[in-house]
Amino acid sequence: MSAISLRGARLSYGDRVLWDGLDLDVEPGEFLAVLGPNGSGKTSLMRVLLGLQPLSSGTVSVAGGNHAIGYIPQQRALDQSMTLRGRDLVGLGLDGHRWGLGLRGRRERRIRVDAAIEAVDGTRYADSPVGVLSGGEQQRLRVAQALVGDPTVMLCDEPLLSLDLANQRVVSELIDKRRRESDTAVLFVTHELNPVLPLVDRVLYLVGGRFRIGTPEEVMNSRTLSELYRTPVEVVRVRDQILVVGAGACEEQTHHLSAEAAS
Amino acid sequence: MSFLDLLELDFVQTALIAAAVLGLVAGVLGPLVVTRKMAFAVHGTSELAFTGGAAALLLGIGVGYGALAGSIIAAVLLGVLSRRESDRDSVIGAILAFGLGMGILMLALYKGRASNKFGLLTGQIVGVDSTDLNLLVISSVAVLVVLAVIYRPLFFASVDPDVAVSRGVPVRTLSIVFAVLVGVATALSVQVVGALLVLALMITPAAAAMRVTASPLRATVLSVVFAEVAAVGGILLSLQPGLPVSALVTAVSFVIYLVCRGVGAVQRRSA
Repeated sequence: MSAISLRGARLSYGDRVLWDGLDLDVEPGEFLAVLGPNGSGKTSLMRVLLGLQPLSSGTVSVAGGNHAIGYIPQQRALDQSMTLRGRDLVGLGLDGHRWGLGLRGRRERRIRVDAAIEAVDGTRYADSPVGVLSGGEQQRLRVAQALVGDPTVMLCDEPLLSLDLANQRVVSELIDKRRRESDTAVLFVTHELNPVLPLVDRVLYLVGGRFRIGTPEEVMNSRTLSELYRTPVEVVRVRDQILVVGAGACEEQTHHLSAEAAS
Repeated sequence: MSFLDLLELDFVQTALIAAAVLGLVAGVLGPLVVTRKMAFAVHGTSELAFTGGAAALLLGIGVGYGALAGSIIAAVLLGVLSRRESDRDSVIGAILAFGLGMGILMLALYKGRASNKFGLLTGQIVGVDSTDLNLLVISSVAVLVVLAVIYRPLFFASVDPDVAVSRGVPVRTLSIVFAVLVGVATALSVQVVGALLVLALMITPAAAAMRVTASPLRATVLSVVFAEVAAVGGILLSLQPGLPVSALVTAVSFVIYLVCRGVGAVQRRSA
């Protein structure tokens, strides 16, 4: 059974169609990168999978349902004075959505949280206030927060944005390790494919209501992207990097689930 | 009268019980209020509690009920009107100003004792009678029970809204429910420290606690202790010299805050 399955999925706001006729199966252990310019519906796709946004038509299913999803947001500066330690952040990923105070099973909870923190090599700073941690340390804890609930699907929303190269590598390797060891499907939204290119099995490229799904070789070439963008786009391979020229695909972007949920 | 004689007076004992209950509720809510950056919302809500209290005075019903109604209406209004965080400040400002104006109008129309009027703004805990105390205890228990049920998802939504949304936490609904809880607690505090000084119980102890620890649990425990010391200690200190309760509650609260800032600064330097 696929970890994620979309059939004839359509999402439109009024007469603006983000995507239509989207058939997509992501298998357990598969790494799917989702690319596309701003407003192409990448975040909306993520909101559909999280059950926050109903499809206009078609069906969506995620194996294990909403709580089997581990979500990694993009790195954002956390409030310096926030009363929250690394281990609290990770613990919220385990049972923060449950009602009540959570007084029962605290010992077992602690064991699971400790293990998740250990797995991302974060034990050293787990008791520090999150606000004083570096971006890389925060994102490692974000990975632990997403993994502590033992997800069958990981949704990563630009998790490498604003990290330096070394930390980009660390965080993407942690995600890769998880899907290899536990067969977790990974859906990785990014505007920059290169940092994760060696890990990517398939690419979903969304542009203005059109899309292509395929291996990086099948999608990331001049002919396919020119068709998608309906304008000449040049794709060049330099060593192990892919450079896209002429698509304006590298804009900086900021979007947050809750900001959109609130509007 | 000696200090001990004063302690035996009924109205003093009622006041001390009221202060202890309030300290607990305000202390528990405080860290969440501070984390959610709702200090101004608390102030706005307390002004509306004043408006409600003034209306009740004019209509001849219990001031406590009026304050409760005023601040719950305020909490719901703020929750509904400020759908975006960026709107919140201005919405509170607009509602607060209007509410305060209405309250002043109603006080002007009120022909009763002047001390009743003043009490709403600056507090008159020694005026709390046993019916007020019943209302206070029942409301406080209700607030704490609801908070216990929603605590985890509410905390999640407060510190990490993006991921909380992704986990299916009803962030919007929780923020309105929490605003109502804060509204109730505010209305109760108005009777003790008055509308102008609610922040001394709801914000200052929590802000002090959050200076010295990064553990949410420890911050809550400390916040309750600080609020209790300020509320109960403030009353005890006010008895003998016959000074206004609210002045001493706010003073104790502020001294604790200053000490915690100092301790926090030392901790950070040595860390």
